Amino acid sequence: MSVASPTNPLYRSRRRFNLVLLAASAATLAFGLFWLAWILGTLLLEGGGALVRATLYYQMTPPPGADGGLANAIVGSLIMVTVGTLAGTPVGILAGTYLAEYGRGSWFANATRFLNDVLLSAPSIVIGLFVYSVYVAKVKHFSGLAGSFALALLVIPVVVRTTDDMLKLVPGSLREAAAALGCPTWKMVVSVTYRAARTGILTGILLAVARISGETAPLLFTALNNQFWSTALDRPMANLPVVIFQFAMSPYEDWQRLAWGGAALITLAVLALNIVARSLFRKSA
Amino acid sequence: MTNATTMNPSGRPRGIAPAPWKDTAFEWLTRAFALVVFSLLAAIVISLVLGSQLTLEKYGFAFIWSADWDPVQGNFGALVPIYGTVATSLIAMLIGVPVSFGIALFLTELSPAWLKRPLGTAIELLAGIPSIIYGMWGLFVFVPIFQSYLQPWIIDGLSGVPLAGALFEGPPIGIGMFTAGLILSIMVIPFITAVMRDVFELVPPMLKESAYGLGATTWEVVWQVVLPYTRVGVIGGIMLGLGRALGETMAVTFVIGNAHRLAVSLMAPGNSIASALANEFTEAVGDLYFSALIELGLILFLITTVVLALSKLLLMRMARAEGTRT
Amino acid sequence: MGFPAAAIAVDITGAGATFPYPIYAKWAAAYRNSTGAGMNYQSIGSGGGIKQITARTVDFGASDAPLNAEQLDKVGLVQFPAIMGGVVPVYNLKGVRSGEIKLTGALLADIHLGKVKRWNDAALAKINPGVRLPDRAITVVHRSDGSGTSFLYTNYLSKVSAEWKSAVGEGTAVRWPTGVGGKGNEGVANYVSRIDGAIGYVEYAYAKQNKLSYALLQNRDGQMTMPNDQSFKEAGAKADWAKTPGMGVILTDQPGQKSWPITGASFILMHKVQAKPENGREVLKFFDWAFRNGGAMADELDYVPMPDPVVKLIRSAWTAQIKDSSGKAIY
Repeated sequence: MSVASPTNPLYRSRRRFNLVLLAASAATLAFGLFWLAWILGTLLLEGGGALVRATLYYQMTPPPGADGGLANAIVGSLIMVTVGTLAGTPVGILAGTYLAEYGRGSWFANATRFLNDVLLSAPSIVIGLFVYSVYVAKVKHFSGLAGSFALALLVIPVVVRTTDDMLKLVPGSLREAAAALGCPTWKMVVSVTYRAARTGILTGILLAVARISGETAPLLFTALNNQFWSTALDRPMANLPVVIFQFAMSPYEDWQRLAWGGAALITLAVLALNIVARSLFRKSA
Repeated sequence: MTNATTMNPSGRPRGIAPAPWKDTAFEWLTRAFALVVFSLLAAIVISLVLGSQLTLEKYGFAFIWSADWDPVQGNFGALVPIYGTVATSLIAMLIGVPVSFGIALFLTELSPAWLKRPLGTAIELLAGIPSIIYGMWGLFVFVPIFQSYLQPWIIDGLSGVPLAGALFEGPPIGIGMFTAGLILSIMVIPFITAVMRDVFELVPPMLKESAYGLGATTWEVVWQVVLPYTRVGVIGGIMLGLGRALGETMAVTFVIGNAHRLAVSLMAPGNSIASALANEFTEAVGDLYFSALIELGLILFLITTVVLALSKLLLMRMARAEGTRT
Repeated sequence: MGFPAAAIAVDITGAGATFPYPIYAKWAAAYRNSTGAGMNYQSIGSGGGIKQITARTVDFGASDAPLNAEQLDKVGLVQFPAIMGGVVPVYNLKGVRSGEIKLTGALLADIHLGKVKRWNDAALAKINPGVRLPDRAITVVHRSDGSGTSFLYTNYLSKVSAEWKSAVGEGTAVRWPTGVGGKGNEGVANYVSRIDGAIGYVEYAYAKQNKLSYALLQNRDGQMTMPNDQSFKEAGAKADWAKTPGMGVILTDQPGQKSWPITGASFILMHKVQAKPENGREVLKFFDWAFRNGGAMADELDYVPMPDPVVKLIRSAWTAQIKDSSGKAIY
């Protein structure tokens, strides 16, 4: 009588099908983890040696055939990521605030939200092209500032998106309570909704930083690169991704080792940022 | 907000004087920055269009289907890079979507609770690896192994087969459109998986339990209950991955082979728009060459915008059909 | 700004060819050690060098493809050679060692045209008796970026093959009939070393560093020559630097029993009228120092330094042609 009986052939075939597909699902997980393990393993294997040598952190990028470190590239990257984040975050937060608090339903807000998503998915190389045409070509030199500008353009859409989403998640009852107490809108936004959503917004900023730390393409046409120590924003600035690109493709073993070391460094930094961001977010959520 | 509770003699909360100008000012401040974001995009499109004037005038729409790329003679066409971009992204989707679906399924239905978070984080780590590392790893580690072991096996195995054979013929050189597509698929898996997993977990347990109660197997529940319920988010996640695949530069540049030639076989080298730009932009001499490259950037930008617009349209239409608000 | 030029060492930026990059970088490091001044050179390809100096985004450009008088005048540039080197065909063939394969120019062109597709082709077997050529497909590797190395190579192929000249021509970026593209000399070296059956072309230092197998080429006098700094020097020996406008001598297919057929000089481009004379002066100081002290380093990396009479010519060109906005020579 029972349909779900092991003797029912139809049921048995459904069960078999189910098992096959569930096994396939486990296989896909193994597939994904396999690549992760292989890539991370390679990074640590090839770059680990360079990573633990202190010279990586205080010596400059060497000429071919000599040994050295990545100090100028690390510092240059830190500078450009910091400036880019500092420039892009306020723009992103304020624009996101507009979208979430003031712009519900208006065509302008919806259009801006859509355009922001387009910007978010835009290939970073197009952003580099843009900064080259409007800035580098006009002032006639490559510079760390142009690189920071390109990075800021990559930070903005991420922060706008997360701020918009996080602020929208703040329950309306919080806002209503503030309004009931006579709180002006601006103060409510600043003191209530920002505070309620701060972890989420911080997560967004961390994710943006993680994203721009590894970007190469936009820096190719803006900051160029520098063989020497460069902290001046108006000159070409050394940066890790372009240095890695150059060294990795070279035939010199010293350079290749440094490239892997730099790659391992960026990856570990980005992964650490991601993990911090996600654990922060989970704590609040 | 504590100082709001103390009152001053007039009965108004102390410290919060009415200042409507502050409200307006703040609103205008945020509106101004939203305008900045709005105009940024317009600025990018305009500068790209202005930069590609020369080739737009010279070729018009014919640029899109010309496979010529001759810097010496000054003839350019976007067909090869467009084809490479589309082909590699398609391969990435064909491999990535089923795999992401399988992983999301595992994480939501099969995995024991204590394993969910670490496994989920592990897959998300794939998203955090910068793309240049995918390129390096791809060229230095994956390609040699692929070339020596896997590729000859694929090529020989499919050599007689009518359609698939033509797609996989040619000398095993390791690099090429298939390799680029494969590496892209690994890069998009975490994005699609994350979205799928999030929406799968939003399915009301009641729906799933009802199906189980009727005797459905796990697979049947997923395929016939979870997936239809979440298809809006699933499509959105796929579009997200597709957008990422279309615009990826560094990973593709290392392994696609950089050949401006149209080939049927996926084992052949090709070019994607992003890799053509990365390779040739700093060295393009001649205004026409430069303009051709900028137009390629414009085309890529338009393609990603169209994909995004389509996905949003799809989401709106599905939500409307279901009667839920977007 | 009012700062005296001598008080601050100005850092200069140059960009361009990947061909001389190893030696320029080595010189820059040594220069910095001895004088404290920084010369930042980025190898983005000859095409990039020409473009960036035209846009004045760098202090000097470097190109392996010399500009002709018309191009120089159009932008207002001065050109002088800084170093010489050779481009060698490299291959990766399991079971075949370096220097075993002999090629003629015409055959090389046919390979690049896609007419000769396999290593055991009759044409290859004919001039390589005794070499066990495997039945493997030839994978051509060329440059994907705009390159002076490509210019020298295609210039040579155009000289030795009429079919190549009409079908493809010469240039820093051409329409390669077949093959995969690598970015920079490094990219080509990389691909050739990874693909069994590959053939490509790189500047000699890259072949040596990557331990790639190189082929012997038949030169204009009919001799099969090996690439080394002797054969590069031979090729440059009879060049007429003074008479060619912009000293843009192309050294491919030169006469001489021992001369290497694909030799070339790498050129530096600077503006005739310097917008920033202090930077211009620093650039000339650097190259002056390199001409006087860089010979040993060049030999180490198998480049050929410019011979003394040519250096004299170059220095007089500096005084005669590079001026600041008021018309005064800056060096």
